[in-house]
This record gives sequence, C-alpha cells and structure tokens, in this order.
Amino acid sequence: MALAEYQYNDVIHRCFRCGYCKFPTDWSDVTNCPAYARFRLESYSAGGRLWLIRAWVNGELEWSEHLADIVYSCAACKNCVEKCPLSFNEDIVNMVTAAKNEMVEMGLVPRGVKKFLNNVQLHGNPYGISAGRRTGWMEGKSYPAYQGQEFLYYVGCEGSFDTRAQSAARALGDVLTNSGVSFGVLGEKEVTDGNEVDLLGEDALFESVAEKNIRQFKKAGVNKIITLSPHSYNAMKNSYPRFHGDFEVFHYTQILADLIKKKRVRGVSGPDEEEKITFHDPCFLGRWNQEYNAPRNILKSLPGLTLVEMPRNKKGAACCGGGNFYTDLLGGSEESPARIRAREAAATGAGILAVACPNCLTMLEDAVKVEGLENRIKVRDIAEILV
Amino acid sequence: MDTIYPSLVHIVGEGYASFRREELFTYSKDLGTSEPKWPDYVAAPKTAEQVAEILKLANREKVPVVPLGGGMSLAGLALPLKGGIALDLKRMDRIIEVNEKGRYAVVEAGVSHGKLTAYLHNQHPHLMHSEPGAPPAATIGGNLAIHGQGDLAHPYGFNTDMINGMEIVLPTGEICKFGSCAVGAGWFTLHPLPDVGLFLGWNGATGIITKVSLRLFPYKKFREMEIFVVEDENLIPEILYELTHLGLTEDLVAFSSAIPPFSDRLHHVSINVTGDSEAEIELKRRLIFEVKLAKYIESGVGGIAAVSQAIQRPQVSKSADWKKGGGFEYVGSIMPVSAYPECYRRGAEISTRHHIPYTILGRVIGCGHAMMFSWSYAFNRADEKTVRHAREALHETDNIVMDLGGVIWKPAVFGQELLLAKMDVNTLSLMKKIKLLLDPNNIMNPGNWEVD
Repeated sequence: MALAEYQYNDVIHRCFRCGYCKFPTDWSDVTNCPAYARFRLESYSAGGRLWLIRAWVNGELEWSEHLADIVYSCAACKNCVEKCPLSFNEDIVNMVTAAKNEMVEMGLVPRGVKKFLNNVQLHGNPYGISAGRRTGWMEGKSYPAYQGQEFLYYVGCEGSFDTRAQSAARALGDVLTNSGVSFGVLGEKEVTDGNEVDLLGEDALFESVAEKNIRQFKKAGVNKIITLSPHSYNAMKNSYPRFHGDFEVFHYTQILADLIKKKRVRGVSGPDEEEKITFHDPCFLGRWNQEYNAPRNILKSLPGLTLVEMPRNKKGAACCGGGNFYTDLLGGSEESPARIRAREAAATGAGILAVACPNCLTMLEDAVKVEGLENRIKVRDIAEILV
Repeated sequence: MDTIYPSLVHIVGEGYASFRREELFTYSKDLGTSEPKWPDYVAAPKTAEQVAEILKLANREKVPVVPLGGGMSLAGLALPLKGGIALDLKRMDRIIEVNEKGRYAVVEAGVSHGKLTAYLHNQHPHLMHSEPGAPPAATIGGNLAIHGQGDLAHPYGFNTDMINGMEIVLPTGEICKFGSCAVGAGWFTLHPLPDVGLFLGWNGATGIITKVSLRLFPYKKFREMEIFVVEDENLIPEILYELTHLGLTEDLVAFSSAIPPFSDRLHHVSINVTGDSEAEIELKRRLIFEVKLAKYIESGVGGIAAVSQAIQRPQVSKSADWKKGGGFEYVGSIMPVSAYPECYRRGAEISTRHHIPYTILGRVIGCGHAMMFSWSYAFNRADEKTVRHAREALHETDNIVMDLGGVIWKPAVFGQELLLAKMDVNTLSLMKKIKLLLDPNNIMNPGNWEVD
C-alpha cells in the first residue's frame, strides 16, 4: 500500500546512502549515528532508514513491528543533518518524523512508543505518574510558585520524576536562588513540554500539549522561561511559536553563563585538588540550537577545573541515545551509544563528565556504572557542579 | 528447520545476524542501477575467526557468501547475485598498528578510509594513505578487493600496489597471512616470498581480506591544488606527459563536465602540489606553470584556472543529486593516457543521447603508465526511465572501453562477461583452476568473475 500523503515523497529518493551521515565532524569513526553504532547493520544507518521508509511509503515493503523499531530507533540527534553534503540535509530528521506521523496515524507504532504517548495524554508526563506527585523533586525545598517573577523555571518531566534528574533540578533551583534570580515554578500544574511527542510523530497530541502550556504560561503572565532540559528548550523556543507561544526561552546554561560573567553566581567553590572535567554536548542544545559556548564558558570559569574535550565534541558530538530514552531501542549492549560515550569520556582522563541535560545525565550515569567506571569518572549536571 | 540463522547468531552474537526482510532489503540494493538481489541472511562478524567459522558453515550448507565493505562500488559487486549470506565486514574496524618510521599501518579490513585518515591526522600527522575518490565510508578491504586507486596514484600506483601484507580467510575457512607477517616478522613488506597474489581484484570470489598492512606516505604540511584548463581535449595527453615527466605532484586528474555550465566542453587538469615549506610549493608551482605549461599559456591554448586552492575531499555523492534524484553510476576503466580525447568524445556523445549531463574524469596512475578513466551517469532513483537510460549508457560505455583497447575497472557482471570473452584462453583456464582450487563449492560471491 503506497502512502500518497507522505510529506517527503518528492525528496526521500535523493538519499544516495553514501554514509557521510555516520561520521562525526573529524571523520574519526562511523559510529556517530547512535542507532548505527548500536546495531551496525545498514538498516539502522540514517541512509538505510530513509531507504526503508521510502520502500514502505512506496508499498515495496509491508509495515512490520521491526520496521517500526528501525524507524523509531532514530534518536533525532541530527548528526546526519550536520554531515550530509546534499542540499536536502536539513530535512533528514523531518523525513523520519514524517514517517512516524504516518505510523501514528495508522496506529502502527512500537509498544514502548504507544505507552509513552498514552501516558502523556492521560497524565501529562511519559512516566504515567500522577500529576500530584510532580512536586516530589523539591524534596521539602520551597521554591516559589510562579506569580509574575521575571522567569518561569520549567523543570520538565525528567527533572520532576526521575530520581537522578531530580537532583539536577534541585541544584538548579538552588543556584538560581543563591544568585538572586527572580523565578517561580509551576509545581503540580506543570505538564510535559512535548518535544518527544512531536519527534515521535504524534502531531495532534503535541499541538494539544503545546497549546495547553502556552495558555497556562500566558494566563500566568510568563514572558521568560528557563528550562532545565534542552529538550524543553527546543520545543518552547522552536515549536511553540507555531502556536503563538512567543516567549523568551533560555536553557539554564545560557542564564548561568551570563550570571557568572556578571559575577552574580555566589558560593561556588572548586575541588580540593586540580581536576580535569569533560563536557558532553546535548543534541538539543548543540546541533539543534547551536549553543556550544555557554556550558563551556561556565566550566572554564570554575576554579580548580580544567576542561578537556572529548575527540567528538560540539557539532561532531556523539549522542548518548537519550532521544530514545523512553523506548530504550538503543540500550542493553556494550555498543549502546551511552556506553560508547562513557568510555570516550573516561579516556580523556577527566574525573568529571559534565552534562547539561537530564536525559544525558541519567543515560550516562547508568552507562558509567555498567562500564564499571564509577571510580574513574563521575557524571554531574553543570547545575550540580555549581551548587 | 533453518539451522543457518541460529548458527550465524551463535558465531557473531545476538543482533549482528538477521534474516528479517527489513535488513535483507537494505543489502539487496546497492547505490547504482543494478536490479535488487536479495540475500537470505546478513551477518556482521567482528573477527577473522568469526569470518572463518561462517565460511566453514557456508561450505557445509553450500550457501553463497558475499563480502561487503562500505558498499560503495555502485556496480552491484557486493549484491548477492545468488542469494546466501551478505557478510558486512564493517565491524572489523580496528586500527591495529601504525609504524611511524616504517611508514605502514596494519588495519582490519572494515576500517573506513575516513577513520584511517582521521586517525593519522590526529596521531601521526606526518603520514597519510591513499584515499580513493569514494565517500569516506568506503573501507580499506573493499577498496583492495576491487583494485581501487586514489589520490597518490600518480607517484605510487594502484592502492593494491601499496600493501605490505594481508590476512585472508580462504573460502574453506583457513586463515592465511601473506608477506613478511607470514614468517612472523613485522608487516613491512609483501615481498620477496613466492607470489600468491590471488585475492586482489577478485571482488571476494577467492577469499575474504580481513587484515591489511597499508603503506603510508609523507604528509606534507603545505598543500594546494592548481587547475589548468584547455579547450582542446587532444592536448590533454601531452600535458599529462609533461607533468608526469616533472613528477612533482601527488595527484593528477583531467576532467570535464557539463555541469556547471561554464565548464562545459572545457578540460581541466587538477594538480595537487605539496611541500614542507612555502618555498618548496612556490618552486613546484613555478616549474609547473612557467616551465612545463608555459608554451600552452603563451600560445593561448591553455590557461591557469586556479592556483593555491585548498585540497578537499571529493564529494562524489553530489554527482548523485544532479538530477535531484539520488543516483549515479559510472564505468571505470584502466586506459592508456593517450586515449583521453576519444574517451571524452565518445562519452559525451553517449551522455547526450541519453539526456544525462556528461561527467568524465581521468586520473593518472604511475608515471603516466595508465589512467583510470571514468564516465559517470546520474539518474533519478524515482524515475525508472532515467535509471534505464543510465543503465543503457553504462553498457554502451563498457563496450567503448573494449573498443578502445582498455580494461574495464571493477566491472559489473555485464562488463565481466565482455572481459572474459576477450580473455586469453590459457589465462581463463588458470582463473578457473584457481577458483576451483580455492573455492571448491563455489560459495564465494558466485556470479562474480564466474569463468564458466
């Protein structure tokens, strides 16, 4: 059955499958596509995936659960967009998302994706946890409710519910408080940002989530938003304007880099001994939004820490697979992208692997543990380093 | 009950073997105009020992095995013409050793050219290897299996002339070494032991290359490309003769293409010049333009199109998108340099007839001993008519190569048949004996270089 409505019917055949999309900027390996790094069969490369989608769209291949798994194994890290030399490169991830749109329309998505979307629809978060427990991350702290302060601090689902990410969320709350930033939080009223809903191909649900957030923000008088997660930052900065949600959106590293420059971040002390630190670029801060400097400027400003780069960094950074965090299509192997990245970070000799994304934080901390690298390198969100 | 799939999983590990249609689909198609040919299985081994186990299994079960590197040959050479196991070798991707002073690298066959280039750039910045014009995902082993050549072809020849040793898994599963490594010495020379060069250029039909010692060459810090242009294609052979006499360049390529329009019907010679200092570069530039090419400039038949351009990795995939169609395939040939004008004229004529913008290119191999001449034909993957035109143009071009007394390089099956039909009968007989001796059950890439 051919899908005449597929949005990229006039483009998708242009992928030559030349394999540039597998490489980082320095050409150091073919493992910079996280799904290809994990599975190493051509079907999981960006080009292989596009050819499979085209075959499905043309009716050459029937839909199957395995086909859906391959399509959904794309972590939307945009490495392919960065490396493809052809003029349609900006649309590579869009072509995959459009195929997901078709699968959602037809009710043909992997079980994990279906559960994710159902949970968002029913509970406003992908974990399926009741909204009433959304304030659990504060753990007795009393961050102010949003009541017209300069910034809304949008915590996001991982920061609200994931035990490890909650620590980063609290750390950021403390840093903002200590620095005298005027902010408030939504608490139980907060709902998911929808970034992953959009990328999983559920257009209608994303629209509904975005509009709900926009209505709520506007009603509360929000003009400026600080996000913990680059995923939230991406959705609110780049997608919400489609629904008339024009807010000034900042990832927290952008705010903190500015505060550090103005010497407004207080009480930051360095380690007892000089220590090396390396930084893992989150895809939704880096390749999706070209913010490479703010987190580095923070780290470089900290006493006692020396920033050392991993070979794959900035535009060429290796993704931890966090875009597939909830469906775990890339987990469970020595060659999972997070474990590859953990080994790469440890190889720098750094004692701290700094991250600026709650997804990356949980992915990489788990990977460091599984790799048995806990004694060599600790994973810390930048906010945690600043507390 | 199918026992092959579980056996493959047992050998390579869960997840690295498949018989599912979605995986097989990807390996049933290459990037050119070939019709799909479906494998029955795909497996991605990590070690030579795993390759050996798979070949023993394939012999027991009489199942074809088709080795695959980057899959960039375009001519269907890694398509499973008779089904069987597509053997994806890209997990064998370790750079095992670089001997800086001995100027060689020992690598597994699945290492991509891009990876080796990056590694040398970072760890051994005074060394380089010859990169083919293919995308960087092309693998070292795949390139040798098709007698590839790259950007150091002028001074050093084919890529297969640049090896110091190899590890091969024979079709019957024995792992053999060739060169100094075979006697337990380092991997520094392929000679002087008895010649057993039975594996290069065979597209994997006689065995699977699993390790290679590649010769490395000095990487000069100062690097640039000059471009000389003439209107008369008949001048190209003598210009290349002059430049190869000089012998100061890393790469010499003559080319012409209908796109971009301003270059249509003009013939460009790109000249890669490198040196350890600006002064060395300047001296070479002077010798090239003010000594060797001066007469063409003075008489007005040739001109300097560009100097001091950055040498960049060729992005051949862009050729695939000229028709906004994601496809191109080319006929490569090994030709005398003197054939350039006729190659160009006849290629341009074919392109015009098939409504394809012409692109031709001749890269000098050795001291002008030959050139790799290619005719590229772009097509729109979504338009079967253009695919058919490209396929017909390719076949016509194969015939031209034979007419002009050349040898088709990495021929598709159609071209292989043309070559075998003209092959000396005793050579043909020897090829047959070698194939039978090494591959008694004819499991290795059957349909390729099939002598019968």
